[in-house]
Amino acid sequence: MSPLKIKKGATSHSAYDLRPTFSDKVERHTLAVLVENEPGVLSRVIGLFAGRGYNIDSLTVAEVDHLGHRSRITIVTTGTPQIIVQIKAQLGQIVDVHKVNDLTVEGPSVERELALFKVEGTGNDRIEAIRLADIFRASVVDSTLESFVFEITGTPEKIDAFAELMQPLGLQEIARTGVAALSRGAVA
Amino acid sequence: MSKAMTGARMVVQALIDQGVDTIFGYPGGAVLPIYDEIFQQNSIKHVLVRHEQGAVHAAEGYARSTGKPGVALVTSGPGATNAVTGLTDALMDSIPIVVLTGQVPTFMIGSDAFQECDTVGITRPCTKHNWLVKETDRLAPTLHEAFHIATSGRPGPVVIDIPKDVQFATGTYTEPRQVETHYNPQVKGDMEMITELAAAMETAKRPIFYTGGGVINSGPAATQLLRELVAATGFPITSTLMGLGCYPASGDNWLGMLGMHGLYEANMAMHDCDLMINIGARFDDRITGRLDAFSPGSKKAHIDIDASSINKVIKVDIPILGDVAHVLEDLLKVWKARGRKTNKEAMQKWWHQINDWRKIDCLAFKQEGKVIKPQYALSRLEELTKKHDRYITTEVGQHQMWAAQYLGFEDPNRWMTSGGLGTMGYGFPASIGVQMGHPDALVINVAGEASWLMNMQELGTAMQYNLPVKQFILNNERLGMVRQWQELLHGERYSSSWSESLPDFVKLAEAFGAKGIICSDPADLDDAIMEMLTHDGPVLFDCLVEKHENCFPMIPSGKPHNEMLLGETADVANAIKSDGAVMV
Repeated sequence: MSPLKIKKGATSHSAYDLRPTFSDKVERHTLAVLVENEPGVLSRVIGLFAGRGYNIDSLTVAEVDHLGHRSRITIVTTGTPQIIVQIKAQLGQIVDVHKVNDLTVEGPSVERELALFKVEGTGNDRIEAIRLADIFRASVVDSTLESFVFEITGTPEKIDAFAELMQPLGLQEIARTGVAALSRGAVA
Repeated sequence: MSKAMTGARMVVQALIDQGVDTIFGYPGGAVLPIYDEIFQQNSIKHVLVRHEQGAVHAAEGYARSTGKPGVALVTSGPGATNAVTGLTDALMDSIPIVVLTGQVPTFMIGSDAFQECDTVGITRPCTKHNWLVKETDRLAPTLHEAFHIATSGRPGPVVIDIPKDVQFATGTYTEPRQVETHYNPQVKGDMEMITELAAAMETAKRPIFYTGGGVINSGPAATQLLRELVAATGFPITSTLMGLGCYPASGDNWLGMLGMHGLYEANMAMHDCDLMINIGARFDDRITGRLDAFSPGSKKAHIDIDASSINKVIKVDIPILGDVAHVLEDLLKVWKARGRKTNKEAMQKWWHQINDWRKIDCLAFKQEGKVIKPQYALSRLEELTKKHDRYITTEVGQHQMWAAQYLGFEDPNRWMTSGGLGTMGYGFPASIGVQMGHPDALVINVAGEASWLMNMQELGTAMQYNLPVKQFILNNERLGMVRQWQELLHGERYSSSWSESLPDFVKLAEAFGAKGIICSDPADLDDAIMEMLTHDGPVLFDCLVEKHENCFPMIPSGKPHNEMLLGETADVANAIKSDGAVMV
């Protein structure tokens, strides 16, 4: 136990080995965050994710109660269970945040996303595109002789599947809204 | 009663209504209306600092030593950006401060105006909350809410950015009691969890209290309850750097500070305990060491007001969300009602073990020859000042760790140090803030020469307000902690870690009109310290110490608590023979 027990020129340059002790499996969670509709509140929420290195897979935000001055932010994020708990606790610490709900663990919920697809094509591709759109219950919101813009609503997985099918048929552009989600049943 | 007044007047009125008596600041174009109001009143004393960083650290020192929120006032642009280090420091150490920043007029925001910066954008990640107030009517409620948010829950810094036209315009003043807020953190802990903890305390064989700054932030009641709990249970207690003083250093159950430079007995007890009761600490990396070897055999309870601190790095078995004082009150009640039980037999063994660890005497040092050892300097400082009504601030580095090891704190709010952020340059302005809050007390800043130079301009402030702060500089002409790491981890390549072209500190003091003392001989040290103490005014004490002294004990790279490096004089032979070494 002498002061110089560390080998000269040791390669470890940190006083501590900071390997995380939790290497649990990564999970996907949908969080509903009710916030005060103040300037800068979205920046606080996003800044938390950026500053602490959390993932944002999808983000949706809009005012939901004009008189009550409330907005709802729906965030889809991924992380280990420990990270997810930490994200929720950190969100709860933000002064402008009223409520944080984890829709993934708090009982069943419904998730929907809206997307617009621009598909260019003629002949068989064009016919195939509109046939598949019909199967997916997408509607045509714009049309020219060589293009369509489809509107589709559904779970993110459904939209992913539709995107994959449209790819070889002349897919030009996609605009997605991000996930909106609510818990099932009567209770808010 | 709602009254019409200008925004600038509202600022002063709100500060008075919040009980503020002292603010630290520096004027500039964007806060001139507020300074005009300050000029025309006598309720609030304004301390003109020499740099905005100094204002924020002074406000921190004031807050930590008084338990009241500290207030700083700075101008827009560079005034606000200079405040950022202090804000981050306060955020990391959970210090309640309210910082008012001037801003260019609302109609010029975003135009790259002179001395404009996005203050709320810049300070968003380093404040607990911040506001840009665009209407004079919103100013008073925002100010009152700011004090509420800064001081409740886990305390922290807040910023209110006030455009100049909002200061000039007239609006309606709102009194504190008219302001509603939705921010009311839970203070009572869950009784089921508290009962579970009480039950665990009854059967624990090797319990330990691991306390932190949360106890001090919770207020005097928390300290009292903690002391009662320790006395009633007989459990050993250790504390983080931030928690020093929550339990008296002279107390029988005190193990000393834990962590990277903590005491051997404290770290060994943390490693070997079977019940760890964390009260207001946050499992910081300077405390835990290697995470997967952190106190492997213990059940862990954690009392904290901040939900995000619980289960952040260490999984705990008994999480209790709440204010320390409230939870300890309930815990004591429950534990007493259940019959005040502890496992007496096991406790006796546990104390026997702890006393064996204590015998290693990990802080031992040998003062020989004509050069002052820093440990010796601090031991003498402790001996000659411990009877005083004393407040200690520090800068950051080796001297800070030695101060934590060799000075004893009997009460809370007596120890002001930058723990989380580790801000060199913190201690001097903080000592000014402390002295403003306690005009008759002895305030000493234990410093290193490199840290002290970072905010040396504040000597002007100390002189202007005749604040007799004592700057006790352990001068090793090195960035000591950097040098120590380079010796241990970088093959003794001392890259940029020595202080060249240092000033003559005595002459520097005299240039400001202060007193300077230099001491290099151990035989002269006591007299020199006495000279510092008896001088009525700021003193710069240049204590020339051993240049290559390392700070021990130390938990080195990737090591757990039970593999500490001890100093050269530690009784290593005994350490190996003792039960403790056999156990680990």
